[in-house]
Amino acid sequence: MPTNGEHPVVHVLWINAGLSCDGDSVALTAAMQPSIEDIVLGVLPGLPKVVFHWPLIDYQNGEEFMEWFWMASRGQLEPFVLVVEGSIPNEQIKSEGYWTGFGNDPKTGQPVTVNEWLDKLAPYATAIVAAGTCATYGGIHAMEGNPTGAMGVPDYLGWSWKSKAGLPVVCVPGCPIQPDNLSETLLYLLNQVAGNAPMIPLDENLRPRWLFDLTVHEGCDRAGFYEQGQFTKEYGTVECLVKIGCWGPVVKCNVPKRGWMAGIGGCPNVGGICIGCTMPGFPDMFMPFMDEPPGAKISSRTVAIYGGLIRSLRSMTLHTVDKETKWRHRGPALTTGYRPTW
Amino acid sequence: MTMPSQGPSGKLVEMNWDPITRIVGSLGIYTKIDFEKRKVAECKSTSSIFRGYSVFMKGKDPRDSHFITSRICGICGDNHATCSCYTQNMAYGVKPPHLAEWIVNLGEAAEYMFDHNIFQENLVCVDFCEKMVKETNPGVWERAAKTEAPHAAEHGYRTIGDIMKAVNPIEGDFYREALMMSRLTREMFCLMEGRHVHPSTLYPGGVGTVATVQLFSDYTTRLMRYIDFLKRVVPLHDDLFDFFYQALPGYHEVGQRRILLGCWGSFQDPEVCNFRYADMTNWGRAMFVTPGIIVDGKLVTNDLVQINLGIRILLGSSYYSDWQTDEKFVTHDPLGNPVDGRHPWNQTTIPMPQKRDFDEKYSWVMSPRWYDGKNHLALDTGGGPIARLWSTALSGLVDIGYIKATGKSVVINLPRSASKPEARFEWKIPKWSNTIERDRARSYFQAYAAACALHFVDKALQELRAGRDKTWESFKVPKDAIGCGFTEAVRGVLSHHMVIRGGKIANYHPYPPTPWNASPRDSFGTPGPYEDAIQGQPIFEENPPDKFKGIDIMRTVRSFDPCLPCGVHIYAGGRVIEQVHSPFHFEEKQR
Repeated sequence: MPTNGEHPVVHVLWINAGLSCDGDSVALTAAMQPSIEDIVLGVLPGLPKVVFHWPLIDYQNGEEFMEWFWMASRGQLEPFVLVVEGSIPNEQIKSEGYWTGFGNDPKTGQPVTVNEWLDKLAPYATAIVAAGTCATYGGIHAMEGNPTGAMGVPDYLGWSWKSKAGLPVVCVPGCPIQPDNLSETLLYLLNQVAGNAPMIPLDENLRPRWLFDLTVHEGCDRAGFYEQGQFTKEYGTVECLVKIGCWGPVVKCNVPKRGWMAGIGGCPNVGGICIGCTMPGFPDMFMPFMDEPPGAKISSRTVAIYGGLIRSLRSMTLHTVDKETKWRHRGPALTTGYRPTW
Repeated sequence: MTMPSQGPSGKLVEMNWDPITRIVGSLGIYTKIDFEKRKVAECKSTSSIFRGYSVFMKGKDPRDSHFITSRICGICGDNHATCSCYTQNMAYGVKPPHLAEWIVNLGEAAEYMFDHNIFQENLVCVDFCEKMVKETNPGVWERAAKTEAPHAAEHGYRTIGDIMKAVNPIEGDFYREALMMSRLTREMFCLMEGRHVHPSTLYPGGVGTVATVQLFSDYTTRLMRYIDFLKRVVPLHDDLFDFFYQALPGYHEVGQRRILLGCWGSFQDPEVCNFRYADMTNWGRAMFVTPGIIVDGKLVTNDLVQINLGIRILLGSSYYSDWQTDEKFVTHDPLGNPVDGRHPWNQTTIPMPQKRDFDEKYSWVMSPRWYDGKNHLALDTGGGPIARLWSTALSGLVDIGYIKATGKSVVINLPRSASKPEARFEWKIPKWSNTIERDRARSYFQAYAAACALHFVDKALQELRAGRDKTWESFKVPKDAIGCGFTEAVRGVLSHHMVIRGGKIANYHPYPPTPWNASPRDSFGTPGPYEDAIQGQPIFEENPPDKFKGIDIMRTVRSFDPCLPCGVHIYAGGRVIEQVHSPFHFEEKQR
C-alpha cells in the first residue's frame, strides 16, 4: 500500500449506474467549495491523498477501469469510500434480465447489476455515500406506477446498516445535489477517514445536519413577503410563492440560503417553486407540483398571529413528507401500482 | 480473462470496453478487429439501463411533465424541461410573453456554452492529450512536439505538443481553465433558469425568473468573459484537429458515415412562434438554429410538420414488446395529416427484461428512424453541433448581424472583449461527416451560441426598457389535447409528444438524441449510427493487440457526445474467435 506521509491513499469508487441521470456527477463538477481539483490535487490542509475512480472524468475505460471495483470486492483496496448515484431497482421482481448493469461478469458475459455490486462492496467500504435523492430515498424513478421497483440505498442495505468503520449510509439528497453540499460532505468524510474529524453528524434520515437542519422557508429571502401576507398568484413576481406550489415551509434544504453556485440561483429565492426534491417523500407527496400545498392555506392565513401553532402544524406536515412512500422495498413483489408485462 | 500471447495475424479479435468513461451515463464498446487490415470489422450497440419514464408518467398531471422529464438527463435536463414546456404550451394553447422566451433562449444558450465546453475540453480532449497520444501513437507525439501551431498568436501555445500538454487531465492548464469556465457559464444558466441541471423557474406559459436590469448585467458580464476565452478555443481546436489530418493521412475515414443528419431546430423567435401546430412550419423556420434533415449533403426538408410526421419508433433488437395491437391515440395531426402507428404519439412502452443476446435482443434503447416515404433512415445528430451548423448553413435563413447563414457556411461575428479584438469565425460545410468534423463543429457552435446570446440580451433589454416585464401567462389545462415540442438537446435532436385525456397524461414519449445515435439494429436490420460509424473504420493506433487501447474507436464514440443515462453498449457480433478485454495499466494509478 503506497502512502502519503502517514495516511494511506483513499480511493473513491463511484457507481453512477443506479437508475440515475448522472446529474449528481455533473453537479459535482460545478462545485467550488471545494472543487474537485482541490480534492484531487490535495490543496486543502490535512486532506489524505485521494484517487477517484469516477466514470464521468476517468482516464481509464472498460475492464481497466472496472478492475478497481473487482479489487475492492475482494478486499484488496483499502480504504475506499463508495459513492452511489441513482436509485436501486428491484431485480427480484422478474425472472431474467437486468434493469441496470455496471461492467460485465467475466463468467457469464452478462452485465453485473448495481445490486450485486452493492452486495459485493458494502462489507469492505469504509463509508458509503448516497449522492442525490434517487440514491438516498428512491427519487423520481421510484414514483408511483414505476415498473422497476426502485428504492434508495438505505432501503436496499437496510436503514440500520453500518460500515465496518461504524458509519451509516451518508445521504446527500437533492435532485440534483447542490454541488457544494456534496463536495463538502466528501471533504468531511475524507477528513474523518484520515482521522482529522469526529463522526459525521447525521439526522434521522441520514443527512448531514449542518446542511439539512433548516427548512427552505427559514433560509428564503422571500419570507418577508410571507410575513406581510403577500402571496403571488402568478409566476415571475417577487412575492412569496406558497400559493402557487412552493413547499418551502416544510422542506429541509439549504439552497435558498446557499444559492445554487457561488450564491447565484436557487429555487423560491429566484422565482422557482420548491418541489421538495431533497425529501424522502419526493416526488409523489409533492405532486401536482404547481398546486398550492394542502397545509399552506391555513398557515398563510394565520401566520402573523399564531406563530407557535404554525410551527407545530408544519412539523406535522414535515413529518409526513419526510417519509418515503410504502412501495420502495426489497422482495419479489412489485407494489408501485404497475402491472408487470413480463 | 483471456489475453492473446502474441499479435494475431489474419484473425479477427473481439475486444470490449465496458463501461466507456468520460461520457454521461454507462456505455460499453464491443468490437471485432482485423489487426492485419487495421480495420474494425463489426460492431453492435446495446444499453444497460431502463428507468421507464413513459410508463410512470401515465395518469400524472400534465403540468408536472417538465419537472419529471428534466430528470431524464443530468447534463441536458433543462433541454427536456424546455421541450416539455414547448409541448405543454401547444397542448394548453398558451403563448408566453416575449421576455420569457428570450430568458429561456438565454438559459439554453448558456447550457450549450457550458456543456460543449466541459465535454470538449475535459472529456473528449483527453483522447488527444499528451499522455494519451504518447501511449497510443508515440510517432504522432514526436511530430506534434515539433509542429508549430498555425494560430499560436491567437491561443498562446507555440506547438501542437504544447496544446496536447495543456489538455492533460487535471494537470493541464487549459484543462483546468476550461473547467472553471464551465462554472462561469453554469452561473449564467442559473441566472435564467434557477438551477443547473434541473431548472426551478421554467413553466408552461413562461418563466418564474424575475426580469430586472441586474439579471441581464450579471449575465452579459459573464458572457463577455466567456467570449474572450472562446477566441482562443476555436483556433486552438482548428490547429489540433487539422494536425491529425496531416499527421495521420486517411484520418478522415475515422468515424466516417454517410451524411444522414437531423436537427430539430433551437431558440424560438417569440415574434413569430405562437406554439400552434397549424403554424409550426412557419415558426420552425424562424428558429435561430434552423431545423433540417440532410441526406448526402442535400437538405431534404426544414419543415417541422414533415419532420414530425416522419418519425418512426422501431424495436428490432431492444427489450420491449410491440404495441401495434394497442389502440391508436392520435390518428391525424391538427392539420389533418394521418399519423403512423409507429409515431411517438401512438407508442406504448412495454418493457420485457431478458438476458442479453447479441444475436437477438441486446439493448434497452429503441431505434428511432425517419421515414422519407421509402426508407427508414438511421439519422444521426453527430453529437449536435455538426447537424445544427450544417442545417442552418444550408437553409440560409438566419441573419441577425452576429450570425449569418450563407447557404454553404455560417459566419459568426464576436465583438471586442477584454484581451482580444473583434473576431469573425466561419464554419464551412465539411467534406465528411466524421469524428474530427463532429469535434470541430463543437467548438464553432460554442461561438454560435454565444453570438445568439448577445442578440437575445439585446432583445430582452428592449422588452424590459419598454416596460414589458411580465414573464408568465396563465392557462387552463384542457380535458383532452395533444402537444409536441421540438428543440435541440446539447447533443442533438429532442422531441416530446404528449396526449392528454381527462386532464391527465394518457401518453408521453420523449425522444432525445442518444436513442437516434446509439440505437441497435432495427427491425429491418439497419445498424444504428454508432454501430455504422465504427464498423469499417480504420485503426491508426500503434499499439499491438495486447496493449491496444482502442483510441480511434474511443474518439469516434465520444465524437457523438454520448449521453447515456439511457445506457448503451457496443458489441461486435458474431462468433467468438478470440476474446480480449481491454488491457491493464495499473502502474499508472497508485493502488
